[in-house]
Amino acid sequence: MRGRPNLYTSYEAETKLFPTATKKVLLGLFLVVLVLMPFDLWVVDQIPVVRFLGDSVWLRLVNRMLIFTIGALGLHILSGLAGQLSLGHAFFGGVGAYTAVLVGGKSSANLWGWGLPMWVWLPAAGVVAAAVGIAVAPTAVRVRGLYLGIVTLGLIFIGLHLSRVFPEIAGPGDLGRKWPRLEMRLWKEESAFIDFSRDGHWLWFDVTKHQKTYFLMLGLVLLMAWFAVNLGRTRTGRALAAIRDRDIAAEIMGVPEYRYKTTAFAISSFYAGVSGALFASFVGQIPPEQWSLRASVTFLAALLIGGMGRISGVFMGCFFVVMSHRFVEEIVDWAKHQAEGDGLFSPVFDLVISRGSGDGGLISVAETALGYPLPASALDEIIYGGLIIVFLLFEPLGMYGIWIKVRNYWKGWPFSY
Amino acid sequence: MTAVVLGPVVLAANAVDTFVQTFFRGAALGSLYALLALSFVLIFKATQTVNFAEGAMALAGTWFLSMVFVDWDVPGRWLGGPTWLHWCLAVVLAAGMTAAIGLVVERLTIRPLIGQPHFTMAMVTLGLEVVITIIAVDAVHLTPRVLAVPWGTDSFRIGGAIVAWSYLAAIVMAGAAFLWTWRFFKTRAGVAMRATAFDQEAALAQGINVGRVFAISWGVGAAIAALSGIFASMAPWGPSGVASRDGAFFVFRALPAVVLGGLDSVVGALVGGLIIGFAEVFAGQYLADHASILGYGYQQVVPYVVMLIGLLIRPYGMFGTEEVRRV
Repeated sequence: MRGRPNLYTSYEAETKLFPTATKKVLLGLFLVVLVLMPFDLWVVDQIPVVRFLGDSVWLRLVNRMLIFTIGALGLHILSGLAGQLSLGHAFFGGVGAYTAVLVGGKSSANLWGWGLPMWVWLPAAGVVAAAVGIAVAPTAVRVRGLYLGIVTLGLIFIGLHLSRVFPEIAGPGDLGRKWPRLEMRLWKEESAFIDFSRDGHWLWFDVTKHQKTYFLMLGLVLLMAWFAVNLGRTRTGRALAAIRDRDIAAEIMGVPEYRYKTTAFAISSFYAGVSGALFASFVGQIPPEQWSLRASVTFLAALLIGGMGRISGVFMGCFFVVMSHRFVEEIVDWAKHQAEGDGLFSPVFDLVISRGSGDGGLISVAETALGYPLPASALDEIIYGGLIIVFLLFEPLGMYGIWIKVRNYWKGWPFSY
Repeated sequence: MTAVVLGPVVLAANAVDTFVQTFFRGAALGSLYALLALSFVLIFKATQTVNFAEGAMALAGTWFLSMVFVDWDVPGRWLGGPTWLHWCLAVVLAAGMTAAIGLVVERLTIRPLIGQPHFTMAMVTLGLEVVITIIAVDAVHLTPRVLAVPWGTDSFRIGGAIVAWSYLAAIVMAGAAFLWTWRFFKTRAGVAMRATAFDQEAALAQGINVGRVFAISWGVGAAIAALSGIFASMAPWGPSGVASRDGAFFVFRALPAVVLGGLDSVVGALVGGLIIGFAEVFAGQYLADHASILGYGYQQVVPYVVMLIGLLIRPYGMFGTEEVRRV
């Protein structure tokens, strides 16, 4: 009986975290690659084409992506697992960020801050966001579907207003205030014992601040993803899935809808809060407008592009949503160089790229690109919005669905069934 | 949040004048919300989705008016006669162009998704929001534009109260739109739409062209969004009005009106819009003394607070049909 795929002889076997040895080995290898990723390894440099990130701009983007992933995992629990449409996820991120700055920030004449260390403010950000989530739940649980989407949209605007009511927390004006740095202290002593925001020395290696941050975020993401995966395998996770699939049937089977929806809101808000706090202190200073509808839509887009209801989909979606802007920029930059050079295809690229007011083309790379032709920054917004639509229309399972199709093709190759 | 601050606090000669002035401002804002709500409701009735791209459509409609009337001088270059007539024709033309966007959007992105979960369709409209806003703002130049409204910033007096013509125009526009909708529901196409809203499959079985109903509702919905965008961009309502990236968010403040009235009720759109409009303006006027506690711009949050209270009492809005869920 052993070795047959999709044959389970017990429930335990079916709900195993890693059903096959192959998955275990592959994941192990992947983890090793992830850990080595931020270094310039001599061995890897010898292989053509392949390069690890090293301490480059890409590593910073990866850090950003990892922080974003934590928030998306939270929305995965609420939307993917429990099936509740939420447009207010960014609001909970904001709650977390402002809790962090209140607990960990420095106080001054017109700013509040208690200056506590990171091991206090990071969990506090999550817990306070979760508490707000529970406070919102009585209204949110009563409404369904699109009504819920609109109610949660309201949270964003109320949140933005609150940030103006309390300039002592949010900082004056549109600039925001300084967030506490990513550094570990025991209490309020002078020097941090692990400082993620300065270059330094770990064991025998010199590590830059971005490499340090990478390891912090990687650890947190793995921890939170592990929790999210496990949640899906517990009683709570099954209850949430039951509510998602058919709420009335779930209630008849004895799943208390109200309690589990509240739980889902609390957990997802916790994730959002942690992610918001990390993001704010990673960037250092951000205005309240960061926590807008746009951010919520980005979270939802990551879920939908990756594939709704799948943890691996969340990772793929986050990779896409955060990295796509950079990729578009790189491609436009490359096309610009092609157009300027005298290669075989340079006339083709010259048609696409517009380098000034007189030059025709679809994409503008001029310094003051405004209006038509579009600058690259506007172009990638359009691509991003367009891709949301395209994925929903043609591949509702997102990138996860594409992966499944590719895998099944090779699984059955050369047969198509 | 938004650069649009709808009307500062008025200071008139006496309390009655203040009240009359505030009343007109509230009625005008309520009419605009009701217009937007009507557009949401028409689209929701036919395709069971909330069109989050409404703001982008309102924005596009306002741009179209500016382009047609100011840049191209379109009816004016062929027609004689008074300017205000040209302006009215240009408004109709702009609404028609936005309706065309609505038709294209419906055919390409909404119709393939009929029957999919509402989640999916709502996300599609959010994606459209991003795309249309970028095209409208970035591709059509990010410069302030004028709408050349015939009555400009003029106002008239009722006793001591000063009322802007724009307020009256908004009220008249909303009245006309609701009257038209009421009449429309009595026509053949209108009955078809009501039948489709009631039960798509049954309507299809009765020989109703459901696809045409979708097209009509999206076209009309987009046109009404454009009209409300245009009328919300007039003189007393902030210099840029809807015709800016932030301005598109004005439309999201109309969502509470829809939810309060009920997503599928035209009467609800009217009542909800007026309630939200009055609540926002009256709170802005009569709670201004407490602004230091409530925070600057607190009236913009009033719609959401009213909506949350309303939903606690009636989860499907005042006039919305309660969802019948089969077991």
